[in-house]
Amino acid sequence: MADPVLQIRSLDAFYGDFQALFSLDLEVASDGVIAIIGANGAGKSTLMRSISGMLQNRPDSILYQGEPIGGLRADQVAGKGIALVPEGRQLFPSLSVEENLIIGGRMRRPGPWSLAAIYDLFPILQERRHQASTSLSGGQQQMVAIGRALMANPSLLMFDEISLGLAPVIIRQIYEVLPKIIATGMSAIIVEQDISKALEVSSHVYCLQEGRVSLSGQSDTITREQISEAYFGARSDHGLA
Amino acid sequence: MDWLNAIVQGTLLGGLYALFAAGLSIIFGVMRLVNIAHGDLIVLAAYLGLTITMLLGIHPLVALLVLVPVMALIGYGLQRLILNRTLGEDILPPLLVTFGLSVIIQNALLEVYTADPQKLQAGALEIASLNIGGLAIGYLPLLMFVTAVIVIAGLQFIFYRTALGRAFRAVSDNQDIAQLMGLNRRHIFAVAMALSLAVVAIAAIFLGTRTSFDPAVGGGRLIFGFEAVIIGGLGNLWGTLAGGIILGVAQAIGAQLHPGWQILAGHIVFLAILAVRPRGLFPRMDG
Ligand SMILES: Nc1ncnc2c1ncn2[C@@H]1O[C@H](COP(=O)(O)OP(=O)(O)O)[C@@H](O)[C@H]1O
Ligand SMILES: [Mg+2]
Repeated sequence: MADPVLQIRSLDAFYGDFQALFSLDLEVASDGVIAIIGANGAGKSTLMRSISGMLQNRPDSILYQGEPIGGLRADQVAGKGIALVPEGRQLFPSLSVEENLIIGGRMRRPGPWSLAAIYDLFPILQERRHQASTSLSGGQQQMVAIGRALMANPSLLMFDEISLGLAPVIIRQIYEVLPKIIATGMSAIIVEQDISKALEVSSHVYCLQEGRVSLSGQSDTITREQISEAYFGARSDHGLA
Repeated sequence: MDWLNAIVQGTLLGGLYALFAAGLSIIFGVMRLVNIAHGDLIVLAAYLGLTITMLLGIHPLVALLVLVPVMALIGYGLQRLILNRTLGEDILPPLLVTFGLSVIIQNALLEVYTADPQKLQAGALEIASLNIGGLAIGYLPLLMFVTAVIVIAGLQFIFYRTALGRAFRAVSDNQDIAQLMGLNRRHIFAVAMALSLAVVAIAAIFLGTRTSFDPAVGGGRLIFGFEAVIIGGLGNLWGTLAGGIILGVAQAIGAQLHPGWQILAGHIVFLAILAVRPRGLFPRMDG
């Protein structure tokens, strides 16, 4: 088996004195797709920030293609081919739709993604390309955020709760194209509260609880009971909707 | 005719104020930094311009070819070595540090150049004028105004039509997310400061050829620059030009009313506009 693209080895992450992640271990296989689930405040976004370099950590706690990147700045990590679709989309309001996409590709890494390829994938963005990104609907903004990350032609693409705040029909559309996107040759980490969507698109799933991995396993064999337990800690009566 | 003359001369002077203001506007726009030392950096640039003209025996306008890159380098270094360290959630450290820088620059200039007023010699250009319908329009003020318009148009182009401008706007919108695009904000901030001080160099040469200067005049230039930025609306470059013109015209009309009222009239118009439009005349929509 090929070496994993990303290895996380006992990662601790802090906000000042507050520790948000505890000795976390995780692995993404080359061309693999993992899902990360967990309740609000479990530390999913903190993990995204740690990998992307927005939070700095012990260098060897995060290995990317075998290289320690835990101590790098976000712009350095981005240059190595890791892209993030951040929670809440976070488009640049002073940039038009097209400018948001172009700036995503400013590092000019080679690969299949270009403005034309993004417009092929999401034709509505071409129609709206000169508009302010803030004038778009939530679903269209999410398309811009995904397109902006793809423009970097990443080797590892991370999605942080892309279905958050979107209508079910939009979520379905986005999850229809997601596997096709990933199949163009990248590994992916999908952070998702919608557990069935998370299991559907991933081969491996990790559940976080209070900054620790409470469960991990194959997406197709893991049971709802196991997840329910891992989500809420001790065995509980909470059913998962 | 006197009034028309006052308005025309005030408008042309407004070009100089817009040049003072543009540099402030750039760095406030990109990194929300209020640079208290801006006026003293203008005076520093005027002295460096003086030294360059004397050493090389060249015209002050030709000296810009050397002064602009020198000031841009100073700006880049200043930002990377000092000012970047002060930026964060708290707005007080950059204010204090640039205030300290202002004091240091003034004292260093006093030490090196003494308190004697100096002037840049522009030769025949200083007195030549154009006669239009009875109005005498000096070549120097006219050149100053045209330069201001070109500089503002150039900055507008950089901000809205180039990759660097996209980077400036992205970093200004959201520093963390901009880093995810591979932008190193420390470098982008330093480039913005370099651009600001390149404009400062141009402003300084016009300041120094128009009037005499000494190490203490920086504070006044800072105030005029601030007033022009705020009248025009924060973050709007053409607004900054309008702000400069309004300030220049107000001062010229004040001086026409009474010779001692020039500066006062500018401040009064500034306060009046601030009272009616706290965000300036042309605030940026998304600001
Ligand atoms: N900027 C921050 N400063 C301090 N604490 C934070 C910050 N961001 C998140 N946290 C805390 O870290 C923990 C994990 O948050 P987060 O990673 O955002 O969770 P999730 O994405 O799983 O909802 C929470 O307890 C949260 O309150
Ligand atoms: Mg989150």
